[in-house]
Amino acid sequence: MSARVLVGVKRVIDYAVKIRVKPDRTGVVTDGVKHSMNPFCEIAVEEAVKLKEKKLVKEVVAVSCGPQQVQETIRTALAMGADRGIHVEVSGKDYETLGPLQVSKILAALAKKEQADLIILGKQAIDDDCNQTGQMTAALLDWPQRSPEDGTFASEVNIEADKLKVVREIDGGLETIKINLPAVVTADLRLNTPRYATLPNIMKAKKKKIANVKPADLGVDVSSRLEVLKVDEPPQRQAGVKVETVHDLVGKLKEAGRI
Amino acid sequence: MALVRGVRFGSYSIGRSRSLIFNSLQRRGIAACVDPSIGLTDEQKEFQKVAFDFAANEMAPHMAEWDQKEIFPVEAMRKAAQLGFGGIYVNPDVGGSGLSRLDTSIIFEALSTGCVSTTAYISIHNMCAWMIDTFGNNEQREKFCPDLCSMQKFASYCLTEPGSGSDAASLLTSAKLQGDHYILNGSKAFISGGGDTDVYVVMCRTGEKGPKGISCVVVEKGTAGLSFGKKEKKVGWNSQPTRAVIFEDCAVPVTNRLGAEGEGFSIAMKGLNGGRINIASCSLGAAHASVLLARDHMCVRKQFGETLSNSQFLQFKLAEMATKLVASRLLVRQAAVALQEGRPDAVSLCSMAKLFVTDECFAICNQALQIHGGYGYLKDYAVQQYVRDIRVHQILEGNDFFYIKKMPLN
Repeated sequence: MSARVLVGVKRVIDYAVKIRVKPDRTGVVTDGVKHSMNPFCEIAVEEAVKLKEKKLVKEVVAVSCGPQQVQETIRTALAMGADRGIHVEVSGKDYETLGPLQVSKILAALAKKEQADLIILGKQAIDDDCNQTGQMTAALLDWPQRSPEDGTFASEVNIEADKLKVVREIDGGLETIKINLPAVVTADLRLNTPRYATLPNIMKAKKKKIANVKPADLGVDVSSRLEVLKVDEPPQRQAGVKVETVHDLVGKLKEAGRI
Repeated sequence: MALVRGVRFGSYSIGRSRSLIFNSLQRRGIAACVDPSIGLTDEQKEFQKVAFDFAANEMAPHMAEWDQKEIFPVEAMRKAAQLGFGGIYVNPDVGGSGLSRLDTSIIFEALSTGCVSTTAYISIHNMCAWMIDTFGNNEQREKFCPDLCSMQKFASYCLTEPGSGSDAASLLTSAKLQGDHYILNGSKAFISGGGDTDVYVVMCRTGEKGPKGISCVVVEKGTAGLSFGKKEKKVGWNSQPTRAVIFEDCAVPVTNRLGAEGEGFSIAMKGLNGGRINIASCSLGAAHASVLLARDHMCVRKQFGETLSNSQFLQFKLAEMATKLVASRLLVRQAAVALQEGRPDAVSLCSMAKLFVTDECFAICNQALQIHGGYGYLKDYAVQQYVRDIRVHQILEGNDFFYIKKMPLN
């Protein structure tokens, strides 16, 4: 199989960190905060590497958009088994406003340039929870898009004769879907369990290449049409009120305008 | 075969939806001040990440059980070995990972946050594998190292005897040459892993009194004349069994001797330099975990109408703990670099690092326990296990009291 897989990986604030809003309420604090690869992206990388181990694809290319630091994230993907990386340089104001639309344009352009047969992405990122990039990328390329998970347990992703075969569990049993390649696949949490990178693989990853590209080189305009007005913390949890009778309960609910 | 990790995504949604108001203590982020990845290369950060992930997923959930039930976690350690942790600074041609002493320190520090006792054993195992790799001939390296690096077999280090701890050079276990075998007689005390491990690196007397009469031999479990004492009951380090190792006319082939006769003590001393960095690194991990536990507790526990984190005294205490942790970490890492570069000050730096760091980190963990108040004393809370586990680090590999004498002060 000579297929090439493009895997998008995003550098996000680590899932275990307690998020704090910046005092000027324009966003969340990112300075000095631990970052790591988006968990859904880890699953995407794992799936791509598994396909390579099954010899269904020839090359796995990890892509990330952002400033210098995203190279760490690309290195993690390389340590898990990706063959090479592409760092699309976006920094400063452009990076703060970078959203699914711009990223999907970049991925679409890269897919054409690299002649990728398959794009695997995480279903969503844990910082913005958009769940849009996969769908938008597929739309821009006019490729089919599938989440092997779609809220149920996925058993397998396979490539058979130029088609992507996805087996997933549904209520009635197992459903097998075939979609034409090239395609976009988005990975949900239960698709697989990502591997630990081993020490030897981390050292091998050092020798793998990461190419630098600018969005302008791909003919993509990264300016945003969205403007973030305000970021706030969720409201503080209020104390509850105890009532004596059902009458009181109904009365309180009516007062609060709930019924 | 790819090694997959245990379940960890359950907490991601909980962490995201929590909203706590943080006070000035949090604004700078104490976790950011004591972040162990500061100053590391990208590659070292990757090593550290794997070690932290492994510690959090494969070790931390079991650390209390391993301690209480005194389980030697063979499966978990073999998983660690699959990632390359079985022979971290052993040469790759015999299955090791070929990393530097600094890389090793970073890895043990991270693993230790998951379970100090198990990590300490892994470090002892690593030292034995390194000894065979460095001082053994090719036959010995190829015979023992691959199995040790994969942890197919486990190793123990036998130097201490009932009558010779700090005064190691006075050891009595004799090894008399008879034909092509040494006949060993004597006993070793406090051997980590003793009885459950497969390969024993033993320091014994082949020649005259004093350090120059000591040689190093490798004894395999199952050799006639090799037996073990009862399993000791310890305050901590309970995930590794500790037993006496007894030799009664135990015949060991001469081909199992590492290096030349009389080189044993020098091998032991070289091994201990690295061993001290490793033990100090384990103390660092425990202290790091304890600082974060203390911080978390202070944000939650309320007394006198406010959380402990509002107490200026406790804020100072936490800041002191953080400072000592960072100072300790810098010293250990410097010592590791000196050792891997073969600098002349390496031996004294390793000794100083071990002395300073094990003491300071114990104080940090102890302070963290104090901050927990009564809860710190309950086995439901991890902080007491860190305290119990690292207490012994101030004793072994150079009892701090005798240490000053040994330090080469010119």
